[in-house]
Amino acid sequence: MLKVNNLAVSYGAIKAIHGVSLEVYDGEVVSLIGANGAGKTTILRTISGLKKADDGEIFFNGTDLRKMEPSKIITLKLAHVPEGRHIFPQMTVEENLEMGAFTDKKDLEANMEEVFDRFSRLKERRRQLAGTLSGGEQQMLAVGRALMAKPSMILMDEPSMGLSPLLVKEIFSIIKEVNRKGITVLLVEQNAKMALSISSRAYVMETGKITISGDAGELLRDDRVKKAYLGQ
Amino acid sequence: MTFSLFIQSLINGLNQGAIYALIALGYTMVYGIIRMINFAHGDFIMIGSYTLFYTIPLMINAGMPPWLSVFLAIVICAGTGVVVEVVAYKPVRKAGAMSALITALAMSLFLENLAMVLFGAKPRNIQKIFDLPSVSVFGTSLPLNVVLTIGIGIFMMAALQLFIKRSRMGKAMRAVPQDRDASILAGINVNKVITVTFAIGSGLAAVAALMYCAKYPRVTNDMGSMMGLKAFIAAVLGGIGVIPGAMLGGILVGLIEIFVKLFAPGWYEAITYAILIIILLVKPSGILGKNAGEKV
Repeated sequence: MLKVNNLAVSYGAIKAIHGVSLEVYDGEVVSLIGANGAGKTTILRTISGLKKADDGEIFFNGTDLRKMEPSKIITLKLAHVPEGRHIFPQMTVEENLEMGAFTDKKDLEANMEEVFDRFSRLKERRRQLAGTLSGGEQQMLAVGRALMAKPSMILMDEPSMGLSPLLVKEIFSIIKEVNRKGITVLLVEQNAKMALSISSRAYVMETGKITISGDAGELLRDDRVKKAYLGQ
Repeated sequence: MTFSLFIQSLINGLNQGAIYALIALGYTMVYGIIRMINFAHGDFIMIGSYTLFYTIPLMINAGMPPWLSVFLAIVICAGTGVVVEVVAYKPVRKAGAMSALITALAMSLFLENLAMVLFGAKPRNIQKIFDLPSVSVFGTSLPLNVVLTIGIGIFMMAALQLFIKRSRMGKAMRAVPQDRDASILAGINVNKVITVTFAIGSGLAAVAALMYCAKYPRVTNDMGSMMGLKAFIAAVLGGIGVIPGAMLGGILVGLIEIFVKLFAPGWYEAITYAILIIILLVKPSGILGKNAGEKV
């Protein structure tokens, strides 16, 4: 479904990603774990076109994303929940969700009801400005907004960042649920244990390269992963 | 001050203020979306006014009301605004705030001098745009064309608010300044939104030109610089980047100016600006501006 080949990305003279290849198949949850600054977010941003790649290939269902206008990528049904939520703070919850369906207004009402059914807190606050929501609510809103585009795949960047342990559990159960509905997920996380527990496969990144990859269950038992990322 | 003088000044102040407000909107909308002060914006009053000067006789010859020329002025101003943005501003957008500012100043000088070459330095007089009588209300004489001008201003502001609040493009125009990345991810073409913002801002300047020329029917190539400066101050006063702020700021600057003029005609600009400086000292981000620092 998503195929990244030999990707290279840099910020000015600094090479952030050197030769990363990864693949996500239809219906999977795949996580990309690694320390702060390893380049995980950069990979997601490059897939979405927010950052230009120097070299390499990115194909989504056979479409070359590097040749696409970034704002058109969502029309391929590839959504991105960015790190730090990036909701529209001066818009209401409802307007934020509406923006999620910006390119596809079909069934807007029904989709919004579906999001509200899942996130009842958002329904209670539908007319409230998104900037006044709590961190957890904002994260729900960011996920809800992505769902409004009826994506076939979602890129999720650090959805658990800054949330209480209870909310972290909640957000991971939401990811599982989203996946059960048939949406493929590429998940970037620092919370490696939680991420691996809901993934089928995973890639481990270190300073711009993929160092380990494989079955998520195996990685959970891998000594290197245990030592570096699971604190064991 | 007699009651009738007060009412007349109020009406004049609102008239002046509505003109400033429409121009201030252009500054604030562009600033809101690309954090750039478009110093050439005032010159769109001049472009609109010359369009009126040349097309009003055509309207009259065709037996149509002269104010219909405003639609041509809107088209010409919006078109010029888009060309200026695409040709001059877009290429320097990534080069930093200073380059953009210098480009805008250069564009202002370019437009003013181009107008002098094309239309001459001699002031031109525009024919009467609205031919309405004055009516007497409670012993106060109210010129109806001034009242109509205020009405046009209010209508334009209400229409803009409705557009920004409800339309798809209006929502995109609100979303982009709040979070550019999230806007792109949602499928908004940011370049297109910026272009439309310039078109709308310049179109509003054309309407302001009609309102201005209805009162002061004189067109010169540099008429936009002073008007633009005052409208820019109005935008800052209201809180730059905040659309209702530009409306409020414009009306306030107009009212303050007219009332100060009444008491101290020779001093009115000095006193007007002193008042504005004091307001900004108390609230540096402008009356409706947000105090929060720029978010990244």
